[in-house]
Amino acid sequence: MEVPILKQGDFLIASIQSALTDADLMALRDAVVTKVGHFRSSGVIIDVTVLDVMDSFATRTLRDIAHMIRLRGAETVIVGIQPDVAFSMVQLGLTLEDVATALDLEEGIAYLSRRTKEIRKGVASRGR
Amino acid sequence: MGGKAAQGRMTNNETFYEVSGTLLRELVDHLRQNRSQLREEWARRISADKLLTAMSEEEIFAEATSIYDNYIEALETQTFETLQAYARNLSERIIPRGVETHEILGIVLQLRDVLARSLFSQYHVDVEKCNRMFDAYEPAANRVANTVALGFVEERERIIREQQEAIRELSTPVLQVRERLLILPMIGVIDPQRARQLTEQLLRGIRANRAKVVVIDITGVAAMDATVANHLVQTVEASRLLGATVIVTGLSPEIAQTLVNIGVDLGKMNTVAGLQGGIEEAERLLGYNVVHSLAAAGTELEA
Repeated sequence: MEVPILKQGDFLIASIQSALTDADLMALRDAVVTKVGHFRSSGVIIDVTVLDVMDSFATRTLRDIAHMIRLRGAETVIVGIQPDVAFSMVQLGLTLEDVATALDLEEGIAYLSRRTKEIRKGVASRGR
Repeated sequence: MGGKAAQGRMTNNETFYEVSGTLLRELVDHLRQNRSQLREEWARRISADKLLTAMSEEEIFAEATSIYDNYIEALETQTFETLQAYARNLSERIIPRGVETHEILGIVLQLRDVLARSLFSQYHVDVEKCNRMFDAYEPAANRVANTVALGFVEERERIIREQQEAIRELSTPVLQVRERLLILPMIGVIDPQRARQLTEQLLRGIRANRAKVVVIDITGVAAMDATVANHLVQTVEASRLLGATVIVTGLSPEIAQTLVNIGVDLGKMNTVAGLQGGIEEAERLLGYNVVHSLAAAGTELEA
């Protein structure tokens, strides 16, 4: 099932609706990385609230997406990981080390707003 | 020769089953007739052996009476349900008063002994009959003693299970101290099962309270083995996946050593010395600024 990618201001929201196959994940990766350039977005939120299983492939793909988005000049945050999922991920050693995570969509947007503000300030101060 | 012996035993058994019914009735009648005398004898021996010290003489006598009656009824009917229910009820009443397993076992075996002696003095003239009488009495009496003792132990185990459950519930509170700040005080011995439960409760708590920062205080944990320490680290990482920062406070020197020995990556762990320091750090992360109102007023006046 395809993942809808919504534009919300400066950010893109990829809201996963059902369990995803590996092919779906690859499609999501390609779509997000393309659209982030297309809409000139400064941040991407991937909402995984509905997922009650996260295997190593899904985790790796999410990490890859975050890295690719960073290379494209934007930020990524994964939101809505369920408590049980979080714990089993950690037990399997899938800790998404350098990827930002947040509790839910609201938190994710707050995080990205803060991040982009920081980055802009950094650029501005460097420019001076 | 061996075959003959076996045959002989079999016929013996057959006669045993035939007569045991009538014998048992005779036995029950005998015990009924001597009820008050035997019951007093029994109560006297309970006091003499200093059993059931938690109960008064009158209580012992009252309980002795009902146990005696139930005992005979069970012997007579050969059904143990009533006795079982009674034993459970009795245990429920006397366990909270500190009656021990050996006391219950002691009084039941005493009753068995008292009754056996009475039977012996009644029938010892006729050895053959006496033997058969005991053949009928012993299995039933054993079963009665077994039922009562088992009822007591089962009740006891039920209470222990209930208390364990209560301790488990009480010992893992996840508390909200400020908007988006949770504290989790860990106290006592952390075994892997409890560690797992703590983690589950914490992760649910983070979700339910929309927490951003969690302070785990382990001042009350004396020691931690490698498994549990690892679990703690996993909890910290899992909390991060939910978007919450964890601050661990109150690490004892022993636990600090354990963590270093198992090679925990302390870069991921945010540790602060005391609970106060942990809460202050959490407030800083959340952007709170706590000001002492009197001191603030004082400085204003000075200014």
